[in-house]
Amino acid sequence: MRVTVRFYARLRDLTGSRQHACEAPDGATVHDVWRACVKAYPAIAVLEGSVSCAVNDDFSAMNAPIHDGDEVAFLPPVSGGNGTEP
Amino acid sequence: MAFRPLAVSIDPIALEPLVAHVETAGRTRDEGIGAVCTFVGVVRATHQGRAVRHLEYEAHIALAVRAFEHIVREVAERWPHAVLAIHHRIGRLEIGEVSVAVAAAAAHRAESFQVCRYGIERVKQIVPVWKHEFFEGGDAWVEGPLADPSNDDLRRQAMERACA
Repeated sequence: MRVTVRFYARLRDLTGSRQHACEAPDGATVHDVWRACVKAYPAIAVLEGSVSCAVNDDFSAMNAPIHDGDEVAFLPPVSGGNGTEP
Repeated sequence: MAFRPLAVSIDPIALEPLVAHVETAGRTRDEGIGAVCTFVGVVRATHQGRAVRHLEYEAHIALAVRAFEHIVREVAERWPHAVLAIHHRIGRLEIGEVSVAVAAAAAHRAESFQVCRYGIERVKQIVPVWKHEFFEGGDAWVEGPLADPSNDDLRRQAMERACA
């Protein structure tokens, strides 16, 4: 199956692209898609473990299954307060 | 375009429509509205000792609106009669410009302060907005927490700050 991946912010800078078409086997999860993206764009490995994700414009878990035609977005940490500057 | 109480926009933020919306929307609830508390975030000229030139905000817009809706649902659980409106701006912002505005209406002032604080704390935690800072001598993405509405630790932290 085929999914469309969208990169935002630092991920977009690191990949140099906003969008990536990704082939994935049946039963693949969002995390499998992430791994495929790391292969295609090794520079994003620095964000391993520091991304959250959305599937079809809704928040998702990295271990959620994906489906043909899904749009997967990987989200670097957001800009909000770091907890030390309330 | 019709006014949307939860929005991400490239246009400058106007606070008064948010205030008018929450007051009007809450007027028929329970006791009605006796207080509107607002928060406005502006672009600061310094960050971690650096002189900031300007910022560029970027968002996953559809997901950001979902995140706003999520925050509104959380508010409704704790403060069932309160009304919340949130606008976040994206694009290039100069020092002093408004990047985010929150308006919270409630029957009494204490509750309006709590809802407003909770709203902005959650915006900072879970809304997919990214800040690219351009400062004297370089630029950097400013990164904080992972946007994950199901992270209960973050939610508890926001509630503690709101109700301190």
